[in-house]
Order: sequence, then C-alpha cells, then structure tokens
Amino acid sequence: MENNNNKRTCLYDKHVALGALMSPFGGFEMPIQYADIATEHHAVRKKVGLFDVSHMGEVTVKGKDAERYVQHIFTNDIAGAPVGKIYYGMMCYENGGTVDDLLVYKMGENDFFLVINAANIDKDWAWMQESARGFDIDLQNRSDYYGQIAVQGPEAEHIVETVLGLPCSELTFYSVKTTLNSPLGPTGRLPKQELSILNSDNVILSRTGYTGEDGFEIYASHEFIRACWDKLIAAGVQPCGLGCRDTLRFEVGLPLYGDELSEEITPIMAGLGMFVKLDKAEFIGKEALAKQKAEGPTKKLVGIELADKAIPRHGYTVLNMDGEPVGEVTTGYHTLSTDKSVCMALVDAHYAKLDTELQIQIRKKVFPGKVVKKQFYNKSYKK
Amino acid sequence: MNKVIEGLYYSESHEFVRVEGDFGFVGITDYAQNALGNVVYVDMPEVDDEVTAGEEFGAVESVKAASDLISPVSGTVVEINEALEDQPELINQDAFENWIIKVKLNDKSDLDSLMDAKAYAAFCEK
Repeated sequence: MENNNNKRTCLYDKHVALGALMSPFGGFEMPIQYADIATEHHAVRKKVGLFDVSHMGEVTVKGKDAERYVQHIFTNDIAGAPVGKIYYGMMCYENGGTVDDLLVYKMGENDFFLVINAANIDKDWAWMQESARGFDIDLQNRSDYYGQIAVQGPEAEHIVETVLGLPCSELTFYSVKTTLNSPLGPTGRLPKQELSILNSDNVILSRTGYTGEDGFEIYASHEFIRACWDKLIAAGVQPCGLGCRDTLRFEVGLPLYGDELSEEITPIMAGLGMFVKLDKAEFIGKEALAKQKAEGPTKKLVGIELADKAIPRHGYTVLNMDGEPVGEVTTGYHTLSTDKSVCMALVDAHYAKLDTELQIQIRKKVFPGKVVKKQFYNKSYKK
Repeated sequence: MNKVIEGLYYSESHEFVRVEGDFGFVGITDYAQNALGNVVYVDMPEVDDEVTAGEEFGAVESVKAASDLISPVSGTVVEINEALEDQPELINQDAFENWIIKVKLNDKSDLDSLMDAKAYAAFCEK
C-alpha cells in the first residue's frame, strides 16, 4: 500500500530495483519480501541473508554523566562493562510498562550507542530527553545519519570478511568494534586500510542480530551502507525482507515491541526478567517491576502449540477449556523450520504452566492447543 | 505475469467461479495466489454449509497473513477440495485448477454481477 507519509531508507531504490514487495512498517516504506518468505527464511537458517534495517533508530549518549544516565533509563546493568560490549534490555515507565526494548553499545567510557525500534524513534527520543534532566550529557538522535544492514546466517562471518573485507572473526557475540574515534583500543578498532569499499571513518560493526542465527550488523553512512549492499548482492547473498525477519525472530522466541512488549506489557510479564536487574541502585520503573516480580504478574507471555494447521494471528482470543477468554495472541505462525502452528500469547497467569490445555478462536472455529516453551526453534549463536 | 482464463467468472476480491451445469467451482485467482505468497493453510467450510454471495466462507493463509475467502455466488457446498488439506501449496502451483469448494448454485443470476476474463484482467491492471 502506498503511503506518502512514510520515510524511505537509503536503500529504497535498490529494493524497488530488486522487485521487492514494499509495505509500510514503523513509519518507513520497507521491503517485506524479494523472493518469498520461505526462501529467504531458509537462506538465513542454512546459509546467509542480507537485511536492510536502516529504519532502526540510533541515539548517542556521551559526556560526564553518560553511564549514570544509561543506568537510569535502562533495565539491564552496565556497571563495570568493558568497552566494546553490548547489552540488551528495556526502557520502562515508572509503572513498569515498556517504552521500548533496545541495545546499548559501550563504545568508550561515558560513550554509548543506543539502538531503538523504528516505530518508537519519536516517542523514545522525547522520553530520553525528558529523562535527561539533571544529567551532564550530550544526547543526540543520529537515526537519520546511520544506515544499517544485517548479515545473518551460518555463513555470515565468511561473507563479511571476504566480500566486505571487514575482519570480524575475533568479535564475540554481542560485542562491537568501530572506526569511530572512540577509545576501543587496538583490538577494537577496525583498521581503516582494511575497509576495502570506501574509506569511511564512521563504521560500527557488531556481532548481533534478530534471527537466532550467527550474524553481524553494520551501521554506517548511507554511502557506505549502499556500497556494502551492492557488494553483497553482487556476491549472490539473498536479500531478505521484514517478512522473514519476523518469522525468524518469532521461531526463536525473540520479542517484537508492539506484539510481546508494549506500554501495557512489562518485561516481567514478557518473561524477560533476566534483562531487568532489580539489584541495581536505581532505574525508572524499578519499584513497579520489583513489586510485580515479587507478587507475580497477573498476565504472562506463553507459547501455545496447536494440534491443527490453522494459524493463530496477532489479536486472536485465547480461551480456557470452558470457552472463557483468558488472553490474546501476540504473534503466531505456521513455523517454517518446524512445520507447526504455534504462537506467543499473553494469558492470565493461572494458565501459563507448561502443558496447560487452552483453545484459540480462529475465525468461526475454536482450535485446541497446549502451553509450550516460547522458543519453537533452537538458536544457533556462535562465540 | 498473472494468468487469467477465458470462460470463468471473477470477483473484485479475486475469487473465480467455473460453472458446470448447476454447479460452480470456486477458488482464488492466479493474481490472488501471487499476492499472497506461499499458501500454508486453507480454512474451508463443510459439505452442506450454505454460502452467500459477498460473504466470507473461509480463509487462505499465507506465511504472513490470513486472507478471507468471499463467495462470489450463493448456494450449498456439495464438495470441498480435500487435497488442499494436506497440500495447500497446490494453490500456488495452479490456482485455477485447484478450486476450493464446489457449490450447487441457488441462482445463476449471481453470475451477472461478476466480471469476465477481459474485465478482470483490466481490473488487475489498475
């Protein structure tokens, strides 16, 4: 569907030229698929795939109080973090509801790079600025500057090294290196002469992703990202759209803001308590989340597997065996890797135990299922 | 290119009817299967169910979305294409060959409000 209000990423013309099906997502006109979702999904699971994720937002936090500020807005704990390490966590409201989930890259002492969801950039930016009162920091929204691609799959390391000439084999999972003038140290710096594509001085390379496979994400200027994209496509790497990005992340139980996390869904409800460090001195929402954890949340995110092939979709009603509504589907698919109809759903906490029998209303019919683990396919991260 | 077959009747919601005597074979068009992508499930009514022109009678699910099936005709379901229960992907292989339901038509004048192949091809171009 055409919508002139949507932004375009720096790779828009390349998607159109490749014949991608384009659709609005998070305020951007994004590629949903190039070939078909199944082909792209399996390319990432078995070989390697290339995603345009330039719609993601980037915020930098620098200055005297940078670490104290990140600790204030972030549920995870970065105290004593080594430079070059990346952390996943959430920003929450005072009531524990989720503002967004994000990655925090520690680029240097009091120097952080935050990656936020496209759909939340404006909301997050306002929230971050409002929360910055009293902190001596330089906070910048760099979302319009950075393009971003993700190279994901078991062959990702080989492709990034050989096709892009970016050495990355020594990078461990959830770590970053850069050519930025940040004190990442001799092993953290990408030597400039090895950037065979362009002599860009502002490239961030991390071993991260959203697929459950090994892989890398590259943040850089639009020009550099476009050059990387062309090289990877010329090398035969499968371009992958947001369609398979969603099936891939869903299968391994990774949450999507708007589905599994929201202003109403706290990280505790979503089963993400391991990223909420309640022993930290202070962060926004700590009190509410601590209370919810102690008392037990009234709703919990579960996995449900159906006996039938019918597919539970976002918003469908979950029923108990008496036919009473007890929850709602957050994301559902007929999974491509395991050939089963499964979903994640937010249900009343009494129904969250494994093997609990539940039903899902799909159009006019009701289909039986049972509670299973939220991970429908095993992640295969390296390093 | 999307295939369109002469002699069939077409709806704006991309279903087709192939008429044989008092019966109509209803399915989705090649255009529809292309737009949907990999079909992974077909939600079909049961034999003896009534369907009504302009009303939903089931759904075709691709990986990314469920798409309602809207009946182009009114009548009684006399047969469903059971092959689609185990092989929904047949719709991607040949949408016109793999009809979804066979309907005993109540009133053939339903067909008057549908498009012919030429009009449908033009409709898809829009």
